[in-house]
Amino acid sequence: MAIELRNVSLRVGAETHIYETDLSLQPGQFNILLGTTLSGKTSLMRLMAGLEKPTSGELWMNGEEVTGIPVQKRSVAMVYQAFINYPSFSVYDNIASPLKVAGLPKDQIDAKVHEFADMLQLTPMLHRLPDELSGGQQQRTALARALVKGADLVLLDEPLANLDYKLREELRDELPKMFADSGATVVYATSEPLEALMLGGYTATLNEGRVVQFGETSRIYRQPDSLEAARVFSDPPINTAAIEKRGNSAYLSDAVSWTVPAQLASLPDGRYSIGLRPHHLLPHGSGVEVAGEVQIAEISGSESIMRVNIEGNNWVSEAHGIHSCEFGERMSFFFDSSRCLYFDSNDKLLETQV
Amino acid sequence: MSQIEFKNVRHAYPPPPGQAPVYAPKEASPTWEDGGAYALLGPSGCGKTTLLNIISGLLTPSEGSILFDGQEVTQLPTTERHIAQVFQFPVVYDTMTVFDNLAFPLRNRGVAEARVKQRVTEIADMLDLSDRLGQRAAGLTADGKQKISLGRGLVREDVNAILFDEPLTVIDPHLKWQLRSKLKELHQRIGMTMIYVTHDQVEALTFADKVVVMYDGGVVQVGTPVELFNRPNHTFVGYFIGSPGMNVLPCTVDHGQPVFANTRLESGYPVDKNLSGKLEIGIRPEFVSFSDDGIPVAIEKVEDLGRYQVVTVRHEAEQIKMVVGEDQAIPAQSPKISFAADNLLLYRDDWAVETEHA
Repeated sequence: MAIELRNVSLRVGAETHIYETDLSLQPGQFNILLGTTLSGKTSLMRLMAGLEKPTSGELWMNGEEVTGIPVQKRSVAMVYQAFINYPSFSVYDNIASPLKVAGLPKDQIDAKVHEFADMLQLTPMLHRLPDELSGGQQQRTALARALVKGADLVLLDEPLANLDYKLREELRDELPKMFADSGATVVYATSEPLEALMLGGYTATLNEGRVVQFGETSRIYRQPDSLEAARVFSDPPINTAAIEKRGNSAYLSDAVSWTVPAQLASLPDGRYSIGLRPHHLLPHGSGVEVAGEVQIAEISGSESIMRVNIEGNNWVSEAHGIHSCEFGERMSFFFDSSRCLYFDSNDKLLETQV
Repeated sequence: MSQIEFKNVRHAYPPPPGQAPVYAPKEASPTWEDGGAYALLGPSGCGKTTLLNIISGLLTPSEGSILFDGQEVTQLPTTERHIAQVFQFPVVYDTMTVFDNLAFPLRNRGVAEARVKQRVTEIADMLDLSDRLGQRAAGLTADGKQKISLGRGLVREDVNAILFDEPLTVIDPHLKWQLRSKLKELHQRIGMTMIYVTHDQVEALTFADKVVVMYDGGVVQVGTPVELFNRPNHTFVGYFIGSPGMNVLPCTVDHGQPVFANTRLESGYPVDKNLSGKLEIGIRPEFVSFSDDGIPVAIEKVEDLGRYQVVTVRHEAEQIKMVVGEDQAIPAQSPKISFAADNLLLYRDDWAVETEHA
């Protein structure tokens, strides 16, 4: 299903939850809404579902305006962060419930329930109550109920947030597969950049009630069109700094400089900003060398994260493997200047790649 | 501050009539050194909260004893154990100021007001709460309130240990990162024994010098982050630590060499020729690479995770995950893979062969 928001806004009392927004989702694909708490992810989903009426603007589905049409009359399924199932229904009846409401014959319901239970590995639990399931199985049941309806639009509001780390990893892997053949347009809200990358598809970065950027997930990650978009799509936070451009050199300080790309050399001299992803700042290697006091080293299994103050900027280095260091230790870090993103004085990305 | 020791501690919740008791933790004998930063890591239901409650005295274990600095405390109530606890959700008195909230545990114990002021100021400074001391707690955000909870845990000087039970659950990911760093920094500065319970590997490995990994009611490994990553004792540790987790693949052993996919594998240590039981190799996705010679595979999926790519390949029934650099090309024609010999591990019945004591 093609969904389009035309100049949609949402105000509740004096507060603006969503500023005027234009957004066309990719039909039949995973569309991710990425942003922190209160960035507007849930509001946007409620608008798409028809649970909320926009203050201004129009909502179009498959070329038809649906702005005033209530949720019951739209082909929509929604799964929330909290596991919502009918507590007194078995897993079987939970999955069957939307089909019963739709008045399907018994044998068809039975076939569909088994098909989806099988896909979501719920077959052995069909006769249990939600209470007797693990969190992951409860959320699988909710997902099965959303899928079995065959809704054109499936809205998933941080569905994995309440699950254990490893279960999240597994379900992230499975989710795109589950929807791959359904033809449904999926909207998936998350506050985790890595989750967006794992799910792939398309991503809208959100900040304070505005869509900052929308496009193919890996492109949005590699080419954020503003500093704001880069910040939303980076965890740990992207390293930023003001630089002084003189001729074809960029100066981070009097002591640290490098040659800027050709497209930038022709721009007027003056102040610009750079963004450098934490995994491009490493405690070894070659390129531009900077040094600073390490404030903290964090270890996340396969990677180490070091916080370091470099030329007055709080930067982060994320390196593969396990690196330990003493609090306050002075260390050198290196980066390849071609990895820098450059932004103008309005924090808009300057094109440096061909 | 003290060293905390467990002696054959087991706990069984009362079983349903006619059933055998289920122990959780099955048997735990870890020792928590004075001033250490520990994490208790495991999935939901593995027994970590039970273990924590045994330390704090909220639960008396059905067997075994607990010693603080050699002194038996098994029967002592929570109030006499001098343990500070920080919970998942902030525990804050909304009507009190930030200062009074932080001072509360001290005033309760009759600490002189001059000392209260000094201590609260110190802790507030460490937590970046200094400019809000006069403010009412009600007006603070979730992370501000959780900082107060942390502060109340840290403010007492007479505690034996501070226990954190998933303290960052309610915090936004962007702020989690900051609070995580803060906690680590605080540990380095004040050196108290801290035990941090979590199901999140990142939080555990970041915070702790030593991680106690629990699985199915038992402790499967106690180790530094490096040890857990490089030498998981049990296949569960390999799977649970690291993302994606370790590949565990069925193998046989022939002439002292593990064999997978009709390929003899080089490994870093000698293998007993007479091994029996369920044999598997463990290899982390980081140590699998494309090579000219090796095991032929089919590529199933390539995920671009920005800083690297995760490639899922298949050899017959076995799926193997590999981590490939962000700029590295994926071979298009008849790909083959190999495993780094130094990082290849062998497991028998889920336990590492190398570290197994017969």
